[in-house]
Amino acid sequence: MLLRRILFAAAFALAMGILPATAQEKLPVVASFSIIGDFVKNVGGDRVAIDLLVGPEGDAHVYQPSPADAKRLAAAKVVFINGFKFEGWMDRLIKASGTKANIIVATKGITPREKADEDGKDAKKGHSHEHAGVDPHAWQSIANAKIYAANIRDALIAADPAGKDTYEKNTADYLTKLTALETEIKEGVAKIPAERRKIITTHDAFGYFGAAYGFQFIAPQGVSTESEASARDVAKIIRQIKAQKIPAIFVENISDPRLMQRIAEETSAKIGGKVYSDSLSPAGGPASTYIDMMRNNIRQFSAALTS
Amino acid sequence: MYDFFIAPFVEFEFMRRALVGALALALGGAPMGVFLMLRRMSLTGDAMAHAILPGAALGFLVSGLDLFAMTFGGIIAGFTVALGAGLIARATELKEDASLAAFYLISLALGVLIVSLRGSNIDLLHVLFGTVLALDDATLILLAAIATITLFALALIWRPLVLECVDPNFLRSVSRSGAPTHLAFLALMVLNLIGGFHALGTLLAVGIMMLPAATARFWATDLTRMIVVAIAAAIASGIAGLLISYHTGAATGPAIILVAGALYAVSVVLGPVGGLKRRLVPARHLEA
Repeated sequence: MLLRRILFAAAFALAMGILPATAQEKLPVVASFSIIGDFVKNVGGDRVAIDLLVGPEGDAHVYQPSPADAKRLAAAKVVFINGFKFEGWMDRLIKASGTKANIIVATKGITPREKADEDGKDAKKGHSHEHAGVDPHAWQSIANAKIYAANIRDALIAADPAGKDTYEKNTADYLTKLTALETEIKEGVAKIPAERRKIITTHDAFGYFGAAYGFQFIAPQGVSTESEASARDVAKIIRQIKAQKIPAIFVENISDPRLMQRIAEETSAKIGGKVYSDSLSPAGGPASTYIDMMRNNIRQFSAALTS
Repeated sequence: MYDFFIAPFVEFEFMRRALVGALALALGGAPMGVFLMLRRMSLTGDAMAHAILPGAALGFLVSGLDLFAMTFGGIIAGFTVALGAGLIARATELKEDASLAAFYLISLALGVLIVSLRGSNIDLLHVLFGTVLALDDATLILLAAIATITLFALALIWRPLVLECVDPNFLRSVSRSGAPTHLAFLALMVLNLIGGFHALGTLLAVGIMMLPAATARFWATDLTRMIVVAIAAAIASGIAGLLISYHTGAATGPAIILVAGALYAVSVVLGPVGGLKRRLVPARHLEA
């Protein structure tokens, strides 16, 4: 009996410790990953307390939810997810947590892009790529980011009508910033000669970005990041880079850096700096907000393509 | 012919580099494999290959896929395990194979743990499987240096080493070079495993040492010839493996080792020294 009481007390204390102290006054919401979290922060401002399931630098594709996540979900009033099957683990987690929160799909109203090329990518991350051929990385186009913000605004107003004015004002401010960002990016792109806007990347996250701003993102043929590369794969990429005169390779940290170094040396293509696609950097990093992320990426792309 | 054998190496630098790397590994590793086999330490190499993992992983943890850090860490870990297992075998009841097994299992688990502290499963794969296709200048120099040191050191300790293989008690009675020779030999083994580790990864590094040696056993009775055959088999495996990987798209490291394995299988059946065919169908001149 005594033991059980102690356990209860401990569990209770634990639960209280995990909930944010300010949860009483603020609207508790959960965002599935850092980029959506940043949108919610900009729209919700001080009125919401945001919990991220997948933090900065985390990979939402292959995330393993923990019991603590289920607890956060259960405590939330609104849950924001990306949808397009980006968070393959989300449905199960929502069911398991028994949350009564409103589940808001932030991409509502966005026309999804087909995945450019399925070959070699499903093998790459054997996870939630039942994606049905839809590219989930919709936030990579700023026009879409505006839709995210509007969706988030509507959801927050529905959950917290008292904050309607604040949310609307915040959103309007944020949309202005996004418009400015879009201009900035288009100017950046204009400085890169059109025929050089070609990039090989192992990551398939930039489809929307490429379509919106006129870049060609080419997947290296036949390279899967989880299996060992064969000499034929490497030879193919090298031939492809030479034949299509691709000036730059951008690799995510998922691929073997030594191999990419070798390919770059052999083709005289440049290896680009770090770009962020699926998650923000931690605070203080080059991409701690969505706007910084987009700025960082265009800067890295121009640096590799113009020189 | 030209397209199949020569063109890949002419067109692509990474193929040339892989070729040089494979040659260096063969020159150093194959003789080591022969001695390991003759000393009945064939599985020791495997155990040691796992033993270098935590050191390499620590190097990886500190500075990523850095050649120097991973080499240094691997050497330290390899020596520690080799000496530790030897000391425990001498000081306690436990036999050397058992203490080596204990050490390498601990090392392996530790290595996997350390890699996963920092990175993903994919990083672990990079450590477990090397990148024979991505050998840069520094790695090539390291491989060549290891092969050179190995060949010179083997020449230096040749006599005591051979004696110790054949009759360790006799060596002990005529000279005190037994222990230093053994230590030098272990050190060479660790060095070669490190070299193999950079090109083929921890799991396959032993393959290029042991399979050519086992192959050579079926073709020669005399030690010198055995080593020559082993080196030739290792070089052939390297070249054939690279070409197969280039033409069929098979993963390169495993392709090299599998060619070595195929040579071994052929030798088991056809080898003139104790091969199956010889045993089952004795040659005519023996009947006369």
